[in-house]
Amino acid sequence: MVRAFLIGLLSLGIIGTAYWGYREHQEKNAVLQHAENNYQRAFHDLTYQVDLLHDKIGTTLAMNSRNSLSPALAEVWRIAAEAHSSVGQLPLSLLPFNKTEEFLAKIGKFSYRTAIRDLEKEPLTKEEYKTLQKLYKNAADIQSELRNVQYLVLKNNLRWMDVELALASDQKPTDNTIIDGFKTVEKNVESFSETDFGPTFTNLENEDREFARAKGKPISKEEAKDVAKTFLGLKGKEKISIVESGKGAINRFYSLTIYDPKTKTETYMDMTKNGGYPIWVIDNRPIQTQKISLNEATIKGLEFLKRHKFTNLELYESTQYDNVGVLTFVTNKNGVRIYPEAIKMKVALDDGTIVGFSARDYLSSNIIDAVPKPKLTVSEARAKINPNLKVMEERQAIIVNDLNDEVLCYEFLGTLGDDTYRIFINAQNGIEEKVEKLQDTEPVYGNV
Amino acid sequence: MLRKTIICIMFLLICYIRAGEAEAFSNQVIQKGAVGDDVIELQARLQYIGFYNGKIDGVFGWSTYWAVRNFQYEFGLPIDGLVGESTKVKLVKVSKYNEQFVKEQIRKGNKFTHYGGKPLSQQAKNKAKNTTRKTTADNVPKGFSRNDIQLMANAVYGEARGEPYIGQVAVAAVILNRLNHSSFPNTVAGVIFQPGAFTAVADGQIWLTPNETARKAVLDAINGWDPSEGAIYYFNPDTATSGWIWSRPQIKRIGKHIFCK
Repeated sequence: MVRAFLIGLLSLGIIGTAYWGYREHQEKNAVLQHAENNYQRAFHDLTYQVDLLHDKIGTTLAMNSRNSLSPALAEVWRIAAEAHSSVGQLPLSLLPFNKTEEFLAKIGKFSYRTAIRDLEKEPLTKEEYKTLQKLYKNAADIQSELRNVQYLVLKNNLRWMDVELALASDQKPTDNTIIDGFKTVEKNVESFSETDFGPTFTNLENEDREFARAKGKPISKEEAKDVAKTFLGLKGKEKISIVESGKGAINRFYSLTIYDPKTKTETYMDMTKNGGYPIWVIDNRPIQTQKISLNEATIKGLEFLKRHKFTNLELYESTQYDNVGVLTFVTNKNGVRIYPEAIKMKVALDDGTIVGFSARDYLSSNIIDAVPKPKLTVSEARAKINPNLKVMEERQAIIVNDLNDEVLCYEFLGTLGDDTYRIFINAQNGIEEKVEKLQDTEPVYGNV
Repeated sequence: MLRKTIICIMFLLICYIRAGEAEAFSNQVIQKGAVGDDVIELQARLQYIGFYNGKIDGVFGWSTYWAVRNFQYEFGLPIDGLVGESTKVKLVKVSKYNEQFVKEQIRKGNKFTHYGGKPLSQQAKNKAKNTTRKTTADNVPKGFSRNDIQLMANAVYGEARGEPYIGQVAVAAVILNRLNHSSFPNTVAGVIFQPGAFTAVADGQIWLTPNETARKAVLDAINGWDPSEGAIYYFNPDTATSGWIWSRPQIKRIGKHIFCK
């Protein structure tokens, strides 16, 4: 009796487990299928978009009328952006596939810049036309390669999930079609990367900026420690460890870690090897409750800059986050603000000490010897802005525009409705170089 | 005798009220970007006399800034947008501030205004929801919402919670460097959720609740600190599975991570 009961109970348990396992298996498959479908969609979208891209570039080549050329280039720009976004959804970040993404980004930027230009006044140059032709050819190569991969994927029922797993575990997948196909695409694009996009295109890569201001002889590690001691006002009891940058760094630098045994906190600092200029400092000490105001913090910040020979800087922006004030200072040369020469600072609002410093922008900005004279008067420039805007503040300023040139502008701060805008009008030719809507504070969602 | 007493009492009362008003603001000079009780009072007072039409949220933003400047212009004060002694004295003289009312509305999370010449009871919409917040808005870095910051904090915590603080700032900086790089997606979510980009996303560790350190690290990175010196990749040499990553030019090592181009 007891035995029969036990057998019954056990078999029930087995059936239950089997059913549960089956359900789990089904659910897992459903989830996997879902992920796979997302990858498939991104991939097929990509091939379609590259197809379209090829077609559209072809159309622009045949166009003569400038009226139709601008919209066509805008179309190229849009499709390139979509293709770029599709690539971003594929599990390729472990594959060296960045050249293709860069290629798409470059097409986008090139077509955007030519599309927004007034082609009546400034038609496509010969070089630009040649660039378009090259783009057309490259797009064709990529297109056929992708179409080929697509054909094989469909024919052999290849799954992206397998590719992802293979890439992640660095094993050779059984069928290499997808990876090989994309590697061919990548190679194709690589040959293209040397293409000349014309003179206006030199500065697309602003990621790798050299420190134009870090001039001087390379300093030793000991000298770097001394610089840190004076810059941070160390007492002498701190332990400093220092390492030099790796081979991949554009600007050689030292990284210092300063341990204060008294407070048991660490301060970190990077410094250029040439001349020993501090790039940034972060002091990671806990900050107590606020005792001083943002305004006092600003004064402390300015004092610090003055002590370390940063002259002619004025406060541009101040923001309080909990008990830290984040301040941005820019150079003011005879009433002209030079925005590229910016220094950021973090001041603790408990005792007013500097807990952060960053001169990266300042160090990489070009040295401006003399501010040019404006051709336009301020009222001429004011006439160029939207009459609905109520101008509240105006001044001269140098900014870096979309083409990465330093230009002298009139800066206007104004309001339109409840929003505040900052507008830069080129002081030489009256072009509206930049219009930004200034962000106001963000309300707390959920609470209110 | 009675009249004298009444006058005396009234005088004392006035003194008391005046003293209370003068104590209103703290001594600080309030400038744009500041947060806190003084800003709440400033906004409420400016609203009382019709200079400020925005929300009384305790954060000195652009609309508060213009209200202060307009006020300084109207009352013949130096127009600098800084709320110093003279501006405060003038403001206290010409406006009223019902601190109890304002603070209560903020605590309850109600929608409310503080205009003069209108009964306060008509200026609040009750929602009856208690919060512990002192202000109803936050400063956020330009171009980022609080939710973006939260998402990045999640990623940083999932990826680098065991790392020194500076290593966490560097991981956040890599996310931002990718955002600006032509080879990567252009949105915070696009970069973080790019398949295979971050292990913490792949194994779900991104959904752990991040701590305050991770959030602080993200804020530092967004505000312009880049300890990675422009890196767009990083990896842990002990666990890295991809051989390709070793071919990238290395910039520096922080904690367990090597940062590279």
